Amino acid sequence: MTGYQEIITDPSYWGQIVTMTYPLIGNYGVNPEDSQSSAPCVEGFIVREYCNYPQNWRSKESLKSFLDRNEIIGIEGIDTRALTRHIRRDGAMKGIITVGEKIDSTTMKKKAQQLPGLKGRDMVQHVTCEQEYEWNEQGKYHVVVIDFGCKKSIMEMLVESDCRVTVVPASTSAEAILRKDPDGVFLSNGPGDPAGVSYGVETVKELLGKKPIFGICFGQQILGRALGLDTYKLKFGHRGANHPVKNLDTGQVEITVQNHGFGVVFPDEERKRQDDGYLKDLEITHVNLNDDSLEGFRHRDLKCMTVQYHPEAAAGPRDSRYIFKEFVELMA
Amino acid sequence: MPKRTDLEKILIIGSGPIVIGQACEFDYSGSQACKALRQEGYEVVLLNSNPATIMTDPEMADRTYIEPLEPEIVEKIIKKEEPDALLPTLGGQTGLNLASDLSKSGVLKDNDVELIGANFDAIQTTEDRQQFKDVMREIEVGVLKSAHINTVEGAISFSKEVGFPLIIRPSFTLGGSGGGIAYNVEELEEIADNGISQSPTNQILVEESVIGWKEIELELMRDKNDNVVIVCSMENVDPMGVHTGDSITVAPVQTLTDREYQQMRDEALRIIRKVGVETGGSNIQFAINPENGRRVVVEMNPRVSRSSALASKATGFPIAKIAAKLAVGYTLDELPNDITKETPACFEPAIDYCVTKVPRWDFDKFMGVDDTLTTQMKAVGEVMGIGRTFKESYQKALRSLEQGRFGWGADGKDDYSYEELIAARDSEGGNEELEEEIKSKLSIPNVERVFYIRYAMLMGMNIEDIYEATKIDKWFLYNMKEILDMELELRDQEEIDSDFLFRAKQYGFSDRQLAHILKCEEDDIRNLRERLGIDPVYKLVDTCAAEFKAYTPYFYSTYESEEEVRTSDKKKVMVLGGGPNRIGQGIEFDYCCVQAAYALEEEDVEVIMVNCNPETVSTDYDTSDRLYFEPLTLENVLDICSKEDPDGVILQFGGQTPLKLANKLKEEGVKILGTSPSSIDLAEDREKFSGIVEKLSLSQPQNGIGQSFESARTIARDIGYPVLVRPSYVLGGRAMEVVYDDESLQDYMERAVNVSPQHPVLIDKFLEDAIEVDVDAISDGEKCVVGGVMEHIEMAGVHSGDSACALPPYSLSDEVIEKISDQTQKLAAELNVVGLINIQFAVKEEEVYLLEVNPRASRTIPFVSKTKGFSLAKLATKTMLGMSLEELNFTETTDPDYISVKEAVFPFIKFPGVDIILGPEMRSTGEVMGIDESFGLAFAKSQMSAGDPLPLEGTVLLTVADRDKPKVVEVARKFRELGFNLMATAGTAEYLRERDIEIEQVYKIDQGRPDIIDHIKNGNIHFIVNRPQGKGPKFDEYKMRRQALLRKVPIATTIQGAEAAVQGIGKMRSNNLDVKPIQDYHKNV
Repeated sequence: MTGYQEIITDPSYWGQIVTMTYPLIGNYGVNPEDSQSSAPCVEGFIVREYCNYPQNWRSKESLKSFLDRNEIIGIEGIDTRALTRHIRRDGAMKGIITVGEKIDSTTMKKKAQQLPGLKGRDMVQHVTCEQEYEWNEQGKYHVVVIDFGCKKSIMEMLVESDCRVTVVPASTSAEAILRKDPDGVFLSNGPGDPAGVSYGVETVKELLGKKPIFGICFGQQILGRALGLDTYKLKFGHRGANHPVKNLDTGQVEITVQNHGFGVVFPDEERKRQDDGYLKDLEITHVNLNDDSLEGFRHRDLKCMTVQYHPEAAAGPRDSRYIFKEFVELMA
Repeated sequence: MPKRTDLEKILIIGSGPIVIGQACEFDYSGSQACKALRQEGYEVVLLNSNPATIMTDPEMADRTYIEPLEPEIVEKIIKKEEPDALLPTLGGQTGLNLASDLSKSGVLKDNDVELIGANFDAIQTTEDRQQFKDVMREIEVGVLKSAHINTVEGAISFSKEVGFPLIIRPSFTLGGSGGGIAYNVEELEEIADNGISQSPTNQILVEESVIGWKEIELELMRDKNDNVVIVCSMENVDPMGVHTGDSITVAPVQTLTDREYQQMRDEALRIIRKVGVETGGSNIQFAINPENGRRVVVEMNPRVSRSSALASKATGFPIAKIAAKLAVGYTLDELPNDITKETPACFEPAIDYCVTKVPRWDFDKFMGVDDTLTTQMKAVGEVMGIGRTFKESYQKALRSLEQGRFGWGADGKDDYSYEELIAARDSEGGNEELEEEIKSKLSIPNVERVFYIRYAMLMGMNIEDIYEATKIDKWFLYNMKEILDMELELRDQEEIDSDFLFRAKQYGFSDRQLAHILKCEEDDIRNLRERLGIDPVYKLVDTCAAEFKAYTPYFYSTYESEEEVRTSDKKKVMVLGGGPNRIGQGIEFDYCCVQAAYALEEEDVEVIMVNCNPETVSTDYDTSDRLYFEPLTLENVLDICSKEDPDGVILQFGGQTPLKLANKLKEEGVKILGTSPSSIDLAEDREKFSGIVEKLSLSQPQNGIGQSFESARTIARDIGYPVLVRPSYVLGGRAMEVVYDDESLQDYMERAVNVSPQHPVLIDKFLEDAIEVDVDAISDGEKCVVGGVMEHIEMAGVHSGDSACALPPYSLSDEVIEKISDQTQKLAAELNVVGLINIQFAVKEEEVYLLEVNPRASRTIPFVSKTKGFSLAKLATKTMLGMSLEELNFTETTDPDYISVKEAVFPFIKFPGVDIILGPEMRSTGEVMGIDESFGLAFAKSQMSAGDPLPLEGTVLLTVADRDKPKVVEVARKFRELGFNLMATAGTAEYLRERDIEIEQVYKIDQGRPDIIDHIKNGNIHFIVNRPQGKGPKFDEYKMRRQALLRKVPIATTIQGAEAAVQGIGKMRSNNLDVKPIQDYHKNV
């Protein structure tokens, strides 16, 4: 019910229209600290009631001005609950936000259908950094972040975990990464279908076993594909800040932040037995209690670990921040 | 890990009578817990002294004790039942305190009873302010800065550190006297100096003030595996300084960013873990400085609370039910979310609507009360509005209050009309007086404040200034401004088009408001809406913001594009609930509505429940087939009717709230089940009713209607004093009084009513020393069966809701009871009653007088039902479905060989300045029941349950008015026989001494020391019999009564009450109190 600023600026939403289920949006404006990237990433933004009089001591501008400045279209007055139910029934779909007198729905429908979908498309190229850069200068562990559209709060969490962070474009080769001699490699979140980012998958394949690897969300999917697992598109994805995920090590349940439209198919016992590669030692670490879907796995020998959800939160509960410590332990 | 199998029998403690701060939310939580535990196969033993609850229904628990909530009673129950565990966290502070006493005294340990769901170290930590602060500092959670200081200089240097305002409390003074709030150094010097000298230890506690900060609450659940979820966040519209129970509250939090919210959430998790609440619900309150975001924790409740009930209804997450299951060993991930069925309860509800809770106050029942809102809770009930926006939910909540309002002003009920305010604004030089009044209403929190915000805006006051005066977050003020802007836009419209009307409805405007603004009738707006096709849609409360398919049918109306209700073709009946708890209309009516739902379910009829009170069992989504959480206004009810097209509507169970809709609903073609609205009207129309009385040759006290003081005086003299006077246009005993002579009649007329031919006063002969009798009966249209005849203990003239009463009667002759039963049948037949009928009679010298007839559910329905072991409300529901009493096998009732006494419970202690004398105006908030073999024991138990246990020995103070002196002789003699010492002031003492009664004479106030007040303070007096000379603070007696209240000395203000007490004490002295579950009592009926 909070967190629209983080969502709008989350690169994982690139190319997508986002609708908020909570009807009152804009209440606390926009502040300089909470954005997850330098600018809004959503293609369009749909709310039930926009608030044009933000009240919060940190607010520096209204949501409207923030979107206007960045030329993002927003629309209010929509029955967003009806829209949500529509998406729940029929799945996430292509859409158009438009305004004008001579709009007819048939033309618009046709236009929408012609839009590129998410499947198989490389959306990462639009959000990854153009050049590599140092996020910070100090830290016990050197981590290279492969930027598929990394949220700022992930970087902050790595810094908090005593890491020195170098961010590299998604297309960076394994060789170039290894040349930096990092203590670990981080695979970031990002938008769209991992199947469309085969170059990323190839890079990670080459890194397997050479460096500890930690992936979040899109990063899990990339790692999954690098290990030879399949990924699939969810009907309407997992979104929001309230999904219960069980940590199978501790038996505890974390309230997690979710934002993914694709998932990894975990190999069943049969497939594991037949595989002569890494699969037989893959372990599930986290499970979504709502639908039993895969939320995290690891490979002890390869020193790989991933989660499908967002332990860095922003926006949402921060129950799962311990994961970053586990990554540090993996590098130690 | 699944549930524990080492437990078989669990004792649950309820919260007792409804009092301010502890209302029917605990019936809701307790009932949920009983159901949940029985579902799991546990045997449930329940203790609660409140008969009006659903939880004390004999079907809710295996063994139900309606007995006093006292440690020695619980011990007896424990010895008898040998439960394995005690679950105390669902019975409010009462349940928790009781469990705490039992734990400390070793009773639990000695009897091998395990406490589940609670941890006493945790409770201790949250109750000790200093300990709580220390613990919070350990986990780096912000707390209020404070210091114990001994010098004025010390206070000043502390002020330099933390700034102003500061709250100063002298240490160890009674009631915190000598403290205050300092806004500057001068005030600090003065208050600190004064406080230091008043404190016996010369010490003051100086604490920074957070008045005006944002107030936020979080509802948490934790299980034994340390899984924690936040069920709901709530933000108070009224900032810190007003008790959260008196604040308008919204859910979810509106003005915090995610970062701030998550930081607070993290802290809440740290707090619940550190404090060590092992399983169950908790509530944590934070204050946040709106200027810089500094956050401090204010308090924590390690149990299910009023806020938990609100959070449950606001989100759909059944906190109490889950808490009960966690207490027996389940973990959150093992329990399903009832609403989605497929997902677990271990999640945080996402809501896609806005909820506003507004408290309901009843200050006009308490003459002389201070009606400003402070940190002491004064509200008697609350309502909740659900809408897609704050504006909609806020206006819906305001019109749910049953105070004649139809939204946020603009409904023709404003103190200042739009025209007046605009004229004042535009007049030259303004209207200073009005401006001053508005400003003071804004800056001192009070019940009218939100409406004054509108007046202020209309007068041209800007948001900044209103914020400065109220400290209400500007987000709320801007939202209110938007409502007002819409109103102003509407006022400018020549004609209203479809889009515009739709937008107005989205802003929560009711048809009544629109009619007022557009200067037409409510019907016109309804017709217009019909013509333009503007109907509400109903959306689902589903805990997950539509992410998953939901199965629970919990709906609210809004103006949007998609309808979610799927109605059915089954036979269905709509039950209209009672709205907010208030004095005169409490949990009893919710009990009846819930019983109706159960009865309909038994007959395979679909139940549609409509209500707006979040505290109740009726608004539990488990109670009905479809729950509409809506205001009980004509508009909202008709809208639901057109959606559902029910086969009938039951409105005789919800008290006045639904009854006032009866005629209009009927006119609109809605089928009213049971007694027809015209019969209900007949009973309330004095003239028509007199006709019936005559026709049936019944007696009524002589009466007349006065249209001026002079005519009233003539009537009163004709009838003969004393007379009972009341305005003709109010119900429920409001402004009703007994006057004894011309002078007091004149005083009443000047003070209480503005008499005119349009507003006459009703004058009745007051039957002095008559016995009042209440009858609850049921009729199927042919046959009428009397369910119970209750004899009031206080004399006629005391409101029936405030009077103690006994069932069966303890002093009436068989002939009188026969007469009463006979008249009841006649009246039921004459009024064509189908369903319930309640009649009040007065009995004087074996003569029966008819006082009042109400062909509907009464306050005593649950009391009669619990006593006798049948559910009158259920039976009545079935008669309304057309079943005969014959078919229902309910053709006669017999009186049991045991007796129940109902006693009322009053909120006087919360209202300084209010006198405690009973009168025709009802002022009790709740009731308790005592049940035993004799009247004396049942009465003694009822007094114990009401918090005024009878003394077994000591001194009785007698002080009575001259006209009552003869009557007190017998009582005095009996007290002497029981070995009590007697004390009285001069007049009474002399009178009794003349009659050979030994008595000590003491000083009246101001006649010398020690006076009666001193004796009360010194603990020399253990019981008081006081027949008042007069009411109100101008009398010395008032000071005595107030002092007795503060010192918890039981006081009988009627001779009959004193006589009952004597009987009770006598019985208690010769018998040990025993306990017995109502199921066992009912076996013998």
